[in-house]
Amino acid sequence: MSAASEALLLPDHPAPRLSQLDVLESESVHVLRESAAQFERPALLFSGGKDSIVMLHLALKAFWPAPVPFGLLHVDTGHNFPEVIGFRDAVVAEHGLRLTVARVQDFIDDGRLRERPDGTRNPLQTVPLLDAIARGRLDALFGGGRRDEEKARAKERVFSLRDEFGAWDPRRQRPELWSLYNGRHAPGEHVRVFPLSNWTELDVWEYIRRERIALPSIYFSHKREVFRRDGMWLTAGDWGGPVGEETAERRQVRYRTVGDMSCTGAVDSAAATVDEVIAEVAASTLTERGATRADDQLSEAAMEDRKREGYF
Amino acid sequence: MTARPTAPAPTTPAESGPADATAQETSLLRLATAGSVDDGKSTLVGRLLHDCQAVLSDQLAAVERVSRARGQLAPDLALLTDGLRAEREQGITIDVAYRYFATPRRRFILADTPGHVQYTRNMVTGASTAELAVLLVDARNGVTEQTRRHTAVAALLRVPHLVLAVNKMDLVDHAEPVFAAIAEECARYAAALGAPPVVPIPISALNGDNVVHRSPSTPWYHGPTLLEHLESVDTGQGRAGHPARFPVQYVLRPQTSGGFRDYRGYAGRLASGVLRPGDPVTVLPSGERSVIAGIDRLGEQDVAYAVAPQSVTLRLADELDVSRGDLIVPSDAPPRLADRLTATVCHLSDRPLRAGDRLLLQHGTGTVRALVHSLDARLDLGTLAAEPAPQSLSANDIGQITLRTAAPLPLDDYRADRHTGSFLLVDEADGATVTAGMVGALDTHTEAERR
Repeated sequence: MSAASEALLLPDHPAPRLSQLDVLESESVHVLRESAAQFERPALLFSGGKDSIVMLHLALKAFWPAPVPFGLLHVDTGHNFPEVIGFRDAVVAEHGLRLTVARVQDFIDDGRLRERPDGTRNPLQTVPLLDAIARGRLDALFGGGRRDEEKARAKERVFSLRDEFGAWDPRRQRPELWSLYNGRHAPGEHVRVFPLSNWTELDVWEYIRRERIALPSIYFSHKREVFRRDGMWLTAGDWGGPVGEETAERRQVRYRTVGDMSCTGAVDSAAATVDEVIAEVAASTLTERGATRADDQLSEAAMEDRKREGYF
Repeated sequence: MTARPTAPAPTTPAESGPADATAQETSLLRLATAGSVDDGKSTLVGRLLHDCQAVLSDQLAAVERVSRARGQLAPDLALLTDGLRAEREQGITIDVAYRYFATPRRRFILADTPGHVQYTRNMVTGASTAELAVLLVDARNGVTEQTRRHTAVAALLRVPHLVLAVNKMDLVDHAEPVFAAIAEECARYAAALGAPPVVPIPISALNGDNVVHRSPSTPWYHGPTLLEHLESVDTGQGRAGHPARFPVQYVLRPQTSGGFRDYRGYAGRLASGVLRPGDPVTVLPSGERSVIAGIDRLGEQDVAYAVAPQSVTLRLADELDVSRGDLIVPSDAPPRLADRLTATVCHLSDRPLRAGDRLLLQHGTGTVRALVHSLDARLDLGTLAAEPAPQSLSANDIGQITLRTAAPLPLDDYRADRHTGSFLLVDEADGATVTAGMVGALDTHTEAERR
């Protein structure tokens, strides 16, 4: 990437132009460094999904040659893809990172949470997340959320103040001007920080290509046992399907997002390389979440309602 | 022509296919919109997103579903942009939202600022990062007080490029004289404010005339469509041309046993200018001097230069005491260092600002205590008349104040540098951001020149 940037710095061109990926990268690094400086106990939410992997890549670059000055936190629903969990642990080991795992299963086992009748564990993540924040006395959490994902997200600040219940109040957000980020908060409150706010799904993929970032295999085309539920191809497995009339079949699929198996759908795809995925995403007529997330389609304001409760 | 922008557009720039869209890295333009709802701002934003194919079928399906449930005959594209429950319930836009769209030539980040009440602080927020502002007027109404407010805010915030989108041309029979008169009046007003030249474009957001596609209804218009203009304006201008300003964010001292045992780097994002190894630099506020020994860029060691707005790490030739909040600048072009400053401010909080208020001032990566020494003026954005020595500044007021700070700050005038010339005032008790500030006085000549 440096060669491309250097080429722009010609003697008769005193003001070289940066590409949109360079600008987005610099901005995200600025946000990560600003947070590491302003907060005492930040942590990076790491699911092993592409957005959190890109965020971690940016953090590794932002503090190089020093180590990343914060740990990682993962809320494990117990229904996560084994390939993703394996990838998560490999990344943690490779870079010598600190990982805390908050398990939904622990909360179900000791009665603090109850399994939902529909088997979806995604909404149950909020309680273990807030518990981990309180236990770790975390004052900032980096999330890989992007404003292009959802219209409630389009309204959220880069530094998003949450009250002691983790709740987001869209009507009481701090104005955020220039590149000045105000992270002040009262004890008990914390700030959700979104370094990738201004990235789109395509930006993330183009950055993955440019930086040659490794991803879990499920982002690329593969054969998988899936079954149809609520219009989506869900992975067959012990977590809860297929049941009743549902039947499993083997299809050529890949995932656009990575989350709980009970609500993350696969898309039919032959895209096996980053280039092919980029071509597919650029041509897609569906949004990332529209294509593959069941829980966002529950109501017009599903995402906003969950965020108000402390979800990311 | 469809009555609402719902039918698939016949041809769009994005249709040239994924191969083109990803062939090479494109540039990024940040823009803000300004205009009241009645001027058709939501329709314009919806039209831009739709005709650039940034609205995907599941989003459109959701809009159609909700519109139908409300008994509306056509899908309401404002639903694409009104994201919050309260906004949909009340049919208003509460806050700035950010939208993303792209053509093969450029990526766009659009700050969609509400036109309703509280418009000033929201527009100031959106304009603070914008390189271009689209001022929307209704062709039937011409330049209104609202237009003058929007132009004044864009001028005060030093938005480098201004577009006047004269909307609803279909409702004035696409008459060139109507367009010319509005363009002329706005140009005169903007010039009096010291704003950059305003590029006027006749459009119909509803029909899509001259937004993305050229309109056959305005054969007299030979300028670019709105999108063509957005694709061609110069981005990032000025940032690299100013003297370098490097706010130190974070000191990197790995203290590892390997090759970086003695590494001490100053991490930050270059706010403006260019820095190269060998440049003589001064650290402010201490005034100590050194030379740049090396520049590392996100894992790449010893790069040849750093240019704004890159995030990099500087190493200095001497062991100085440099910490977060310091500003590294070229020794031959330092900013002034002052503990008393005059600033143009936009008050953001519902609690009024008064002389004697003690606040925190956040400037670059530094924070100091500040005292509001005096409120010097309050600006009437409609008439541009300045009311001297007001008792207080309320939410959305723009005024001029004098501040004293507990320690000297390295200050650039906002008109020279939007990054080192801007600051926030923060309430120490609850951490709220209460005021946005721009270093330098209100332009006192504007009133005289306007007449």
